[in-house]
Amino acid sequence: MVHWTDEERQAITSIWAEVNVEEAGHQALTRVLVVYPWTQRYFSTFGNVSNATAIAGNHMVRAHGKRVVVALGDAIKNLDNVKATYAKLSELHSEKLHVDPENFKLLGETLIISLAAQFGAAFTPDIQAAWQKLMAVVTAALSKQYY
Amino acid sequence: MYSATEKALIVSIWEKVTPHTEQWGGEALERLFTVFPQTKIYFKHVDTSPGSAAIRTHGDKVMKAIGSTAGDLDNMSTTLSSLSNLHAYNLMVDPVNFKLLSHCILVVLANHLPSEFTPEAHLAFDKFLASVASVLSHKYR
Repeated sequence: MVHWTDEERQAITSIWAEVNVEEAGHQALTRVLVVYPWTQRYFSTFGNVSNATAIAGNHMVRAHGKRVVVALGDAIKNLDNVKATYAKLSELHSEKLHVDPENFKLLGETLIISLAAQFGAAFTPDIQAAWQKLMAVVTAALSKQYY
Repeated sequence: MYSATEKALIVSIWEKVTPHTEQWGGEALERLFTVFPQTKIYFKHVDTSPGSAAIRTHGDKVMKAIGSTAGDLDNMSTTLSSLSNLHAYNLMVDPVNFKLLSHCILVVLANHLPSEFTPEAHLAFDKFLASVASVLSHKYR
Protein backbone atom coordinates (compact mmCIF):
# COMPACT_ATOMS: atom_id res chain seq x y z
CA MET A 1 0.00 0.00 0.00
CA VAL A 2 1.65 3.23 -1.16
CA HIS A 3 1.59 6.06 1.34
CA TRP A 4 1.28 9.54 -0.16
CA THR A 5 1.70 12.70 1.90
CA ASP A 6 -0.65 15.62 1.26
CA GLU A 7 2.30 17.54 -0.22
CA GLU A 8 3.01 14.72 -2.67
CA ARG A 9 -0.63 14.52 -3.76
CA GLN A 10 -0.68 18.29 -4.20
CA ALA A 11 2.60 18.22 -6.18
CA ILE A 12 1.15 15.62 -8.53
CA THR A 13 -2.30 17.12 -9.06
CA SER A 14 -1.11 20.72 -9.38
CA ILE A 15 1.33 19.85 -12.17
CA TRP A 16 -1.18 17.47 -13.80
CA ALA A 17 -3.73 20.29 -14.00
CA GLU A 18 -1.34 22.27 -16.21
CA VAL A 19 0.25 19.48 -18.27
CA ASN A 20 -0.19 19.65 -22.03
CA VAL A 21 -0.97 15.94 -22.31
CA GLU A 22 -0.28 15.57 -26.03
CA GLU A 23 2.94 17.58 -25.93
CA ALA A 24 4.32 15.90 -22.81
CA GLY A 25 3.55 12.47 -24.25
CA HIS A 26 5.13 13.37 -27.57
CA GLN A 27 8.27 14.77 -25.93
CA ALA A 28 8.65 11.83 -23.56
CA LEU A 29 8.15 9.12 -26.18
CA THR A 30 10.28 10.92 -28.78
CA ARG A 31 13.10 11.19 -26.25
CA VAL A 32 12.87 7.47 -25.38
CA LEU A 33 13.15 6.51 -29.07
CA VAL A 34 16.02 8.95 -29.72
CA VAL A 35 18.06 8.59 -26.53
CA TYR A 36 17.58 4.80 -26.20
CA PRO A 37 17.31 3.73 -29.85
CA TRP A 38 17.01 0.03 -29.02
CA THR A 39 13.46 0.82 -27.88
CA GLN A 40 12.58 1.24 -31.57
CA ARG A 41 12.20 -2.55 -31.58
CA TYR A 42 8.68 -2.08 -30.18
CA PHE A 43 7.58 0.32 -32.90
CA SER A 44 8.30 -1.50 -36.14
CA THR A 45 4.70 -0.95 -37.28
CA PHE A 46 4.94 2.82 -36.79
CA GLY A 47 6.69 3.56 -40.08
CA ASN A 48 9.93 5.54 -40.04
CA VAL A 49 11.41 5.80 -36.53
CA SER A 50 15.03 5.51 -37.59
CA ASN A 51 16.26 9.03 -36.82
CA ALA A 52 15.40 11.98 -34.57
CA THR A 53 13.67 14.03 -37.28
CA ALA A 54 11.56 11.10 -38.46
CA ILE A 55 10.61 10.22 -34.88
CA ALA A 56 9.65 13.79 -33.95
CA GLY A 57 7.49 14.10 -37.07
CA ASN A 58 5.88 10.65 -36.87
CA HIS A 59 2.15 11.05 -36.19
CA MET A 60 1.83 7.51 -34.80
CA VAL A 61 4.52 8.30 -32.23
CA ARG A 62 2.64 11.48 -31.32
CA ALA A 63 -0.66 9.64 -30.98
CA HIS A 64 0.90 6.88 -28.91
CA GLY A 65 2.70 9.32 -26.62
CA LYS A 66 -0.62 11.03 -25.96
CA ARG A 67 -2.32 7.70 -25.22
CA VAL A 68 0.34 6.82 -22.65
CA VAL A 69 0.06 10.14 -20.80
CA VAL A 70 -3.75 9.99 -20.89
CA ALA A 71 -3.45 6.57 -19.19
CA LEU A 72 -1.19 8.16 -16.58
CA GLY A 73 -4.23 10.26 -15.66
CA ASP A 74 -5.96 7.07 -14.48
CA ALA A 75 -3.15 6.42 -12.03
CA ILE A 76 -3.31 10.00 -10.80
CA LYS A 77 -7.08 9.70 -10.23
CA ASN A 78 -6.45 6.47 -8.29
CA LEU A 79 -3.25 7.17 -6.38
CA ASP A 80 -4.28 4.84 -3.57
CA ASN A 81 -4.80 1.91 -5.89
CA VAL A 82 -2.54 2.14 -8.88
CA LYS A 83 -1.82 -1.61 -8.89
CA ALA A 84 -5.47 -2.53 -9.36
CA THR A 85 -6.03 0.32 -11.82
CA TYR A 86 -3.20 -0.97 -14.04
CA ALA A 87 -3.71 -4.74 -13.65
CA LYS A 88 -5.11 -5.18 -17.17
CA LEU A 89 -2.51 -2.82 -18.70
CA SER A 90 0.23 -4.79 -16.96
CA GLU A 91 -1.04 -8.04 -18.41
CA LEU A 92 -1.27 -6.43 -21.85
CA HIS A 93 2.34 -5.24 -21.73
CA SER A 94 3.57 -8.67 -20.64
CA GLU A 95 1.40 -11.07 -22.65
CA LYS A 96 0.61 -9.17 -25.83
CA LEU A 97 3.21 -6.44 -26.22
CA HIS A 98 6.16 -8.31 -24.65
CA VAL A 99 7.71 -5.09 -23.38
CA ASP A 100 10.78 -5.38 -21.14
CA PRO A 101 9.73 -3.61 -17.89
CA GLU A 102 13.02 -1.69 -17.97
CA ASN A 103 11.32 0.47 -20.59
CA PHE A 104 8.81 1.75 -18.03
CA LYS A 105 11.76 3.25 -16.15
CA LEU A 106 13.13 4.86 -19.31
CA LEU A 107 9.80 6.46 -20.19
CA GLY A 108 9.42 7.62 -16.58
CA GLU A 109 12.79 9.37 -16.82
CA THR A 110 12.07 11.09 -20.11
CA LEU A 111 8.64 12.18 -18.88
CA ILE A 112 10.28 13.82 -15.84
CA ILE A 113 12.71 15.58 -18.19
CA SER A 114 9.84 16.71 -20.46
CA LEU A 115 7.98 18.13 -17.44
CA ALA A 116 11.16 19.90 -16.28
CA ALA A 117 11.35 21.53 -19.72
CA GLN A 118 7.67 22.57 -19.71
CA PHE A 119 7.49 23.87 -16.13
CA GLY A 120 10.87 25.53 -15.55
CA ALA A 121 11.31 26.89 -12.03
CA ALA A 122 7.89 25.55 -10.99
CA PHE A 123 9.30 22.03 -11.27
CA THR A 124 11.06 22.26 -7.91
CA PRO A 125 13.14 19.45 -6.37
CA ASP A 126 10.22 18.52 -4.05
CA ILE A 127 7.81 18.38 -6.97
CA GLN A 128 10.31 16.33 -8.96
CA ALA A 129 10.59 13.94 -5.99
CA ALA A 130 6.80 13.42 -5.88
CA TRP A 131 6.68 12.77 -9.61
CA GLN A 132 9.64 10.37 -9.46
CA LYS A 133 7.76 8.47 -6.75
CA LEU A 134 4.70 8.39 -9.02
CA MET A 135 6.84 7.03 -11.88
CA ALA A 136 8.22 4.33 -9.56
CA VAL A 137 4.70 3.36 -8.44
CA VAL A 138 3.47 3.26 -12.05
CA THR A 139 6.49 1.17 -13.09
CA ALA A 140 5.87 -1.31 -10.24
CA ALA A 141 2.17 -1.57 -11.12
CA LEU A 142 2.85 -2.14 -14.82
CA SER A 143 5.45 -4.80 -13.94
CA LYS A 144 3.22 -6.57 -11.41
CA GLN A 145 1.47 -9.05 -13.74
CA TYR A 146 4.64 -10.21 -15.48
CA TYR A 147 5.25 -13.94 -15.03
CA MET B 1 31.62 6.83 -29.98
CA TYR B 2 30.50 10.40 -30.68
CA SER B 3 29.50 11.74 -34.08
CA ALA B 4 30.84 15.16 -35.03
CA THR B 5 27.33 16.55 -34.52
CA GLU B 6 27.14 15.11 -31.01
CA LYS B 7 30.54 16.59 -30.08
CA ALA B 8 29.39 19.99 -31.37
CA LEU B 9 26.10 19.72 -29.44
CA ILE B 10 27.95 18.90 -26.21
CA VAL B 11 30.31 21.86 -26.64
CA SER B 12 27.52 24.31 -27.50
CA ILE B 13 25.29 23.24 -24.61
CA TRP B 14 28.27 23.37 -22.26
CA GLU B 15 29.01 26.95 -23.31
CA LYS B 16 25.58 27.85 -21.97
CA VAL B 17 26.25 26.02 -18.70
CA THR B 18 29.62 27.64 -18.03
CA PRO B 19 28.30 30.96 -16.59
CA HIS B 20 26.00 29.03 -14.23
CA THR B 21 28.09 26.15 -12.92
CA GLU B 22 27.59 27.12 -9.29
CA GLN B 23 23.85 27.66 -9.45
CA TRP B 24 23.01 24.76 -11.77
CA GLY B 25 25.53 22.44 -10.10
CA GLY B 26 23.94 23.29 -6.77
CA GLU B 27 20.48 22.63 -8.22
CA ALA B 28 21.52 19.24 -9.59
CA LEU B 29 22.84 18.22 -6.18
CA GLU B 30 19.76 19.56 -4.41
CA ARG B 31 17.57 17.50 -6.73
CA LEU B 32 19.78 14.47 -6.11
CA PHE B 33 19.46 14.79 -2.32
CA THR B 34 15.71 15.51 -2.45
CA VAL B 35 14.70 12.84 -4.98
CA PHE B 36 17.22 10.19 -3.89
CA PRO B 37 17.84 10.91 -0.19
CA GLN B 38 20.04 7.83 0.24
CA THR B 39 22.75 9.69 -1.70
CA LYS B 40 23.23 11.97 1.30
CA ILE B 41 25.16 9.21 3.03
CA TYR B 42 28.18 10.26 1.01
CA PHE B 43 27.91 13.79 2.36
CA LYS B 44 27.70 13.33 6.12
CA HIS B 45 30.41 15.97 6.54
CA VAL B 46 28.61 18.53 4.39
CA ASP B 47 25.61 20.80 5.01
CA THR B 48 23.14 19.31 2.52
CA SER B 49 20.20 21.52 3.47
CA PRO B 50 18.56 23.16 0.42
CA GLY B 51 20.37 26.33 -0.66
CA SER B 52 23.45 25.70 1.47
CA ALA B 53 26.71 27.33 0.39
CA ALA B 54 28.41 23.93 0.68
CA ILE B 55 26.08 22.41 -1.92
CA ARG B 56 26.64 25.29 -4.32
CA THR B 57 30.41 25.08 -3.91
CA HIS B 58 30.41 21.35 -4.44
CA GLY B 59 28.01 21.57 -7.37
CA ASP B 60 30.32 24.14 -8.98
CA LYS B 61 33.27 21.78 -8.55
CA VAL B 62 31.39 18.84 -10.08
CA MET B 63 30.10 20.82 -13.07
CA LYS B 64 33.52 22.34 -13.77
CA ALA B 65 35.13 18.89 -13.67
CA ILE B 66 32.56 17.56 -16.12
CA GLY B 67 32.99 20.64 -18.30
CA SER B 68 36.76 20.19 -18.39
CA THR B 69 36.23 17.13 -20.59
CA ALA B 70 33.71 18.61 -23.02
CA GLY B 71 36.28 19.96 -25.48
CA ASP B 72 38.35 16.77 -25.67
CA LEU B 73 35.99 13.85 -25.29
CA ASP B 74 38.39 11.26 -26.66
CA ASN B 75 40.86 11.91 -23.84
CA MET B 76 38.45 11.87 -20.95
CA SER B 77 40.33 9.23 -18.97
CA THR B 78 43.47 11.38 -19.01
CA THR B 79 41.61 14.58 -18.10
CA LEU B 80 39.79 12.86 -15.22
CA SER B 81 42.65 10.61 -14.13
CA SER B 82 43.10 12.01 -10.63
CA LEU B 83 39.33 12.22 -10.06
CA SER B 84 39.13 8.64 -11.21
CA ASN B 85 41.70 7.68 -8.56
CA LEU B 86 39.85 9.69 -5.93
CA HIS B 87 36.54 7.95 -6.59
CA ALA B 88 38.14 4.49 -6.71
CA TYR B 89 40.45 4.65 -3.70
CA ASN B 90 38.98 7.30 -1.39
CA LEU B 91 35.34 8.06 -2.05
CA MET B 92 34.23 4.63 -3.27
CA VAL B 93 30.87 5.97 -4.33
CA ASP B 94 28.68 3.13 -5.60
CA PRO B 95 28.52 3.65 -9.38
CA VAL B 96 24.72 3.47 -9.37
CA ASN B 97 24.81 6.99 -7.95
CA PHE B 98 26.53 8.41 -11.03
CA LYS B 99 23.39 7.53 -12.99
CA LEU B 100 21.22 9.27 -10.42
CA LEU B 101 23.31 12.46 -10.54
CA SER B 102 23.45 12.32 -14.36
CA HIS B 103 19.64 12.17 -14.44
CA CYS B 104 19.44 15.21 -12.15
CA ILE B 105 21.89 17.12 -14.35
CA LEU B 106 19.74 16.34 -17.39
CA VAL B 107 16.67 17.60 -15.50
CA VAL B 108 18.51 20.85 -14.71
CA LEU B 109 19.52 21.28 -18.36
CA ALA B 110 15.95 20.65 -19.58
CA ASN B 111 14.70 23.03 -16.91
CA HIS B 112 16.98 25.94 -17.88
CA LEU B 113 17.49 25.31 -21.59
CA PRO B 114 14.11 23.99 -22.79
CA SER B 115 14.61 24.95 -26.43
CA GLU B 116 18.27 23.97 -26.71
CA PHE B 117 17.88 20.65 -24.90
CA THR B 118 16.36 18.90 -27.91
CA PRO B 119 16.07 15.09 -28.08
CA GLU B 120 19.37 15.05 -30.04
CA ALA B 121 21.11 17.17 -27.40
CA HIS B 122 19.61 14.92 -24.70
CA LEU B 123 21.06 11.85 -26.44
CA ALA B 124 24.50 13.44 -26.78
CA PHE B 125 24.49 14.50 -23.13
CA ASP B 126 23.23 11.17 -21.85
CA LYS B 127 26.15 9.50 -23.64
CA PHE B 128 28.56 12.18 -22.37
CA LEU B 129 27.56 11.82 -18.72
CA ALA B 130 27.61 8.02 -19.02
CA SER B 131 31.22 8.28 -20.29
CA VAL B 132 32.15 10.48 -17.35
CA ALA B 133 30.60 7.95 -14.98
CA SER B 134 32.41 5.11 -16.68
CA VAL B 135 35.79 6.87 -16.42
CA LEU B 136 35.17 7.72 -12.75
CA SER B 137 34.49 4.08 -11.92
CA HIS B 138 36.93 2.29 -14.20
CA LYS B 139 39.64 1.89 -11.56
CA TYR B 140 37.17 0.47 -9.02
CA ARG B 141 38.28 -3.13 -9.59
